[in-house]
Amino acid sequence: MASIDHKAAIEVVTFALDGEIFALEAGLVREILDAVTITRVPGARPFIDGLINVRGKVVPLADLRLKFGMAMTPATHDTRIIVIEMMLAGEPVTVGVLADKVYEVTTVAGASVQDAPEIGMSWNPDFVKGIGKRDDGFIIIPDIEHIFAAE
Amino acid sequence: MSATADPTAIFLSEAQELMEQLEAALLDLERSPEDRAVVDTAFRALHTIKGSGAMFGFDALARFTHLVETAFDQVRKGALSVSPALVGVTLRAADHMRGLLERPAEVDAAAGEIILAELKQTTGIATSGAASHAPAAEEAEGPATYRVRFRLPANALEMGNNPALLLDELRALGECTVAALTDPVPPLEEIEPSSCYLAWDVVLTTEQPRSAIEAVFIFVIDDMELAIERVREDPQRLGELLVERGDATPEAVNAALSRQDPVGALLVKAGDVTADRVASALAEQDHVRKVGAGAQSAAPKGADSMRVPAERLDSLMDGVGELVIAQARLKQLAGASDNLQMKSVAEEIERLAAGLRDIIMGIRMVPIGSLFGRFRRLVRDLSQDLGKDIALHTAGEETELDKTVIDRLADPIVHLIRNAADHGLEDAAERIAAGKPPQGQVRLSAVHSGSQVLITIGDDGKGLDRARIRAKAEAEGLIEPGAKLGDGELLQMIFQPGLSTAKQVTNLSGRGVGMDVVKRTIEALRGTVEIASTPGQGTEVTLRLPLTLAIIDGLLVRVGEGRYVIPLAAVEECVELSEAEDGRSKGRSILNVRGDLVPFLRLRDLFATGTPPDPYQKVVIVASGDLRVGLVVDQVIGDHQTVIKSLSKLHADVENFSGATILGDGSVALILDVARLISFGQTREDELKTA
Repeated sequence: MASIDHKAAIEVVTFALDGEIFALEAGLVREILDAVTITRVPGARPFIDGLINVRGKVVPLADLRLKFGMAMTPATHDTRIIVIEMMLAGEPVTVGVLADKVYEVTTVAGASVQDAPEIGMSWNPDFVKGIGKRDDGFIIIPDIEHIFAAE
Repeated sequence: MSATADPTAIFLSEAQELMEQLEAALLDLERSPEDRAVVDTAFRALHTIKGSGAMFGFDALARFTHLVETAFDQVRKGALSVSPALVGVTLRAADHMRGLLERPAEVDAAAGEIILAELKQTTGIATSGAASHAPAAEEAEGPATYRVRFRLPANALEMGNNPALLLDELRALGECTVAALTDPVPPLEEIEPSSCYLAWDVVLTTEQPRSAIEAVFIFVIDDMELAIERVREDPQRLGELLVERGDATPEAVNAALSRQDPVGALLVKAGDVTADRVASALAEQDHVRKVGAGAQSAAPKGADSMRVPAERLDSLMDGVGELVIAQARLKQLAGASDNLQMKSVAEEIERLAAGLRDIIMGIRMVPIGSLFGRFRRLVRDLSQDLGKDIALHTAGEETELDKTVIDRLADPIVHLIRNAADHGLEDAAERIAAGKPPQGQVRLSAVHSGSQVLITIGDDGKGLDRARIRAKAEAEGLIEPGAKLGDGELLQMIFQPGLSTAKQVTNLSGRGVGMDVVKRTIEALRGTVEIASTPGQGTEVTLRLPLTLAIIDGLLVRVGEGRYVIPLAAVEECVELSEAEDGRSKGRSILNVRGDLVPFLRLRDLFATGTPPDPYQKVVIVASGDLRVGLVVDQVIGDHQTVIKSLSKLHADVENFSGATILGDGSVALILDVARLISFGQTREDELKTA
C-alpha cells in the first residue's frame, strides 16, 4: 500500500457521504456517472452487493457507507457513481463507488494530510489512509485497497 | 501489433502444429507403413522444424532434428522401410523434440543421445535389410539442366527466411547461373523495407534428382511461387524470352511478337548459348506460369486461410456482443414505437447482428479432431505401459466446438482415457476368460445435440464396481452406511474428491485426484458429466458441453424485483406452483411432476428478496444429467439471447451465479449457475430425507 507523500500536493476528486467529505486520488478515477439501475447480487458482501453496466461492462458497485458505519439514505438527484480502477492483488479491478454528491477535482497539500489517528475516530483506522484539512473542514482519504481486500 | 510481431511466438505455435502433424503421421505409418504421402508429411514436418528452429535460435532442437531427419530421409528415398521399431524410436525422438521446444533448459541432452543411438541402430539394421530396394527412378538420370524460378512471399524476410541461403543451397547442387528479376520492385517511396519483392531465375545443371531441388525450398514452399522445369533446347521460343526480358506488358509482348524483325535481330544478337538457355527457360516459365495458375485455382489452400491471434478474435467477439446488446435495446425501442420505418430498420439490424454473431462464432469453431489426434498417441503409450492391447476408435472428428472449450477439454479427456485403459479394461487373460476378444476397445466420439456437444469416452471393460464405490464412499464418510442411493447417485460418487477405487495406485491413475477435477473442469465450461456403467460390459462417460462460452440462449425470469437468466439448455419445462401445492409443500419442497418427485428451491428465499411472492408463481425445472431441480420464480419473462460477462474478482465469493449479462434496457441481470443450484437442491433434499 502506497502511503501518502507529504511533500507533494495530491490531486483528488472530492465527494460527500453522509455529510462527510471524502477524497479519492484522481489517478484512480475513470469516470463519474449519474445514478443508473443497480442490480443486487444475492450472497455478495453487503457493501459491494450491486452490479452496474458501465459502457457494456458489468462492474460491481460499492457503498462505502457500510464500511464507515454511516446511515443509509435513499438516492437523490445528486447521487453519483464514481468509477475507479485500482490494483487488487496485482490485477486491475474496476469498481463503482456510490457518492451522495460529487464536488470537484482539487488539490490537497500533502503537508496538510495526516495519518489517520488511532483514537478519536469512530471508523476502522485501516480504512482511512489519511485525513486532510481544507478550509474549515476535514477531508477523509479512504484506503481503497484495504477496503476492497478480501475479508 | 505486439501479438503478431513476435516471430518466436509464431514459430512456437507453428512448431506445435508441426509436432502434432509429425506425431499423427508417425502413428499413421505404424498402421500403413507403405503410404508415401504420410512419409512425406513426416519428413516435411521434420525439415520445417529443423529449418525454422535454427532460424529462431533453437539450435539444440535444430541439431537433433537434423539427425532424425537424416534417418527419415532414407525412408523417404525408399532406402529404408518403415518398421514398428522405427516408428517407436521416432516417436520418442518427437517427445524429445517437444521438450527441446517447450523447455529447452531442462532437457537432458544425454537422453537425446540415447534416442539418436537407438535411431542409428534401427536405421542401420533396417538399411542393410532394405539395401536391395531399387533407388527411385529419377535418381538414375544423369546430369540435367533445370530452370528454377522462385518468388518468396512478401513477408518472407519478416518470417526469417533468407533468400541468399536458398541460393547458396542451390549452388551447392551443381553449376548454377542466377538472375534476379527486379520488375516487381516498386518505386522507392512505396518500398516496404521488410518486404521481399525480388524473384529469381536460376539455371542449374546438376546430377541430383529434381527432388533435391525441391528439398531446398521445402520449408518455404507453402507460400512461395516455385517453378522447376527441365530445360528444353528450344530456340523457337526466343521471341517470348525477349519480350520477357524487355519488362513488357502482355500487350507489348504481342506487339513485339508481331513485329518479327526486331525479334529476329535480337535473336541474332542473343544467339550465344547462355541466351539460348535463358530463352528456353523463359519459355518454360510461360508454360509453368499457366500450369501454376491452374494449380493455384485448383488448390488455393495456402492463400485461403490465415493465422489470427486469438485475442483479436476475442475482442471481435466482445464487439459483436456489444452489438447484440445494443440491438436488443433498439428492438425494445422500436417495439414501443409506432414508427414503421424505425421498426423495419430495427428488424434489418436484428438480422444483420444475428448473421454477424453466427459468423464470429463460426470463426471460433474448431473441429474436435485436432484434439482427438493426440489421444491416439496416448492410447498407444498406455497400451505399451500397461501391457494391454488397446484399440482406440474415434468418431465425429468433424464436430466443431469453440476453441476455448477444446483447449480446456484436453486434460479431462486424457484422464478419462487413462481411467478407461487402466481401470476399465481388463488384461488379455481376464478378457478371454470373460469371453471377450483379447483386444480392449476404447471409443471416443463427439456429436452435436442441439446447442450442446456430447463427447463420449467408452470402454468395453469390466465396468465400475458398485460395491467398492459404496464401501469407499462409506469409509470416506460421504454417505451413511447402508444409505439408499439410486444407481446414478452411487456412480456420481466417483466424482467426489478423494474417492478412487483402484486397488493399486499406478503411475497412471488411481490417486483419487482425477474425477473430481474432471467434473470441476467440465462444470467450469458450463458442461455436465454423466456416467453409465454395465458390469462386465464397460463404462461410458458422457461430457455435455455448450457450443460456445460467449453467448447462450437464456430464459429470463423475475424473482422479487431482480431479473435473472437461466441457461435455456438446462431448462426442461415450466410449471405453475399452485397455492395449494405451495402451502402443502412448505416443509418438504417436493413437487410432483407427472408422477416424478422433483425437489424445488424457492429462489425468493435463497436470494432473500424480502418481497411477497406473486400469486401465481412458476417453477422452472432445470436438469443436469439425471438430476432435476425446480426453481421457483415469480414470473417467467421470456427467452433472451445472452452475452455472458464474467463476474468481477470482487464477487469471487458469490455462489449461485456463473456470470452476468446486460439486458435490453441496459440493466444487468445475473446468470444462474444451474449445476450448483441443482447440487444444492439435491443436498438439501438428501438432508430432508435423512432427517
